[in-house]
Amino acid sequence: MSFPLFILGVLTVAGAVAAMTLRNLIHCVLSLAVSFVGVAMLFLRLGAEFVGFAQILVYVGAVAILIVFAILLTRSGGVEPKPFLNSQWWIGLAIAIAVFGSLAVAIVGSKDLTSVALAEKTAPVKQIGIELMTRYVLPLEVIGLLLTAAMLGAVIIAWQEGDRK
Amino acid sequence: MTELQAYLLIAALLFCVGLAGALTRRNAILVLVGIELMLNAANLNFIAFWRFNPNAAAIDGVMFVIFSIAIAAAEAAVGLALIIAIYRHYKTSNVDEVKELKG
Repeated sequence: MSFPLFILGVLTVAGAVAAMTLRNLIHCVLSLAVSFVGVAMLFLRLGAEFVGFAQILVYVGAVAILIVFAILLTRSGGVEPKPFLNSQWWIGLAIAIAVFGSLAVAIVGSKDLTSVALAEKTAPVKQIGIELMTRYVLPLEVIGLLLTAAMLGAVIIAWQEGDRK
Repeated sequence: MTELQAYLLIAALLFCVGLAGALTRRNAILVLVGIELMLNAANLNFIAFWRFNPNAAAIDGVMFVIFSIAIAAAEAAVGLALIIAIYRHYKTSNVDEVKELKG
């Protein structure tokens, strides 16, 4: 493991841990944005430029801001009251540790993963566009429909009834 | 440890931190944040496996991640709208205080 990768990994995981353990919700979302930026930099380091910048645009620019607005609208900003974990938190923690243990054993112990060669590879935007318009045109249309439906659904669900005077 | 294993370990750690948060936090917004972290870990796995795939022309990993990001954005919008609707109805955003359906 090289040193820049180590720094990026520590940044990403530390941001995630802070987002899940801090008590102030606004601080949680800011740590979440740090973690998203870390993942985007890992994408850039892996040679996937388009996905890295899409990650910054969609996650840091849209999802994090959306979560801030949700915190604002539910008036749960500031420090949360004391039991900010639910009563069965130790079961959830044990499940998470067990999942990580089994994943880590599988990753470290796999022989196929150690024999791969490091080839130089990029995904140029031009090729992504051509693929989107030829081989992946049907999924692209479905995603467009899904986003429209999700947008309409979100507006209808959050609609305040009886507010019109 | 090879570089691919390092990326996979980072992704596994990110996934489990998100899982722990989604299973333990009381506030519904932070449960959603944990789910977003898990989705990010899955995307990181896709890109890592694409990068170390010996077939140089394959681009499927990148396409999967692009669609996955779009679906995650839709999921976040609908999830937060649901949380806002629940807050308006029950005056709380803690998941363990919404127990109308509890048997």
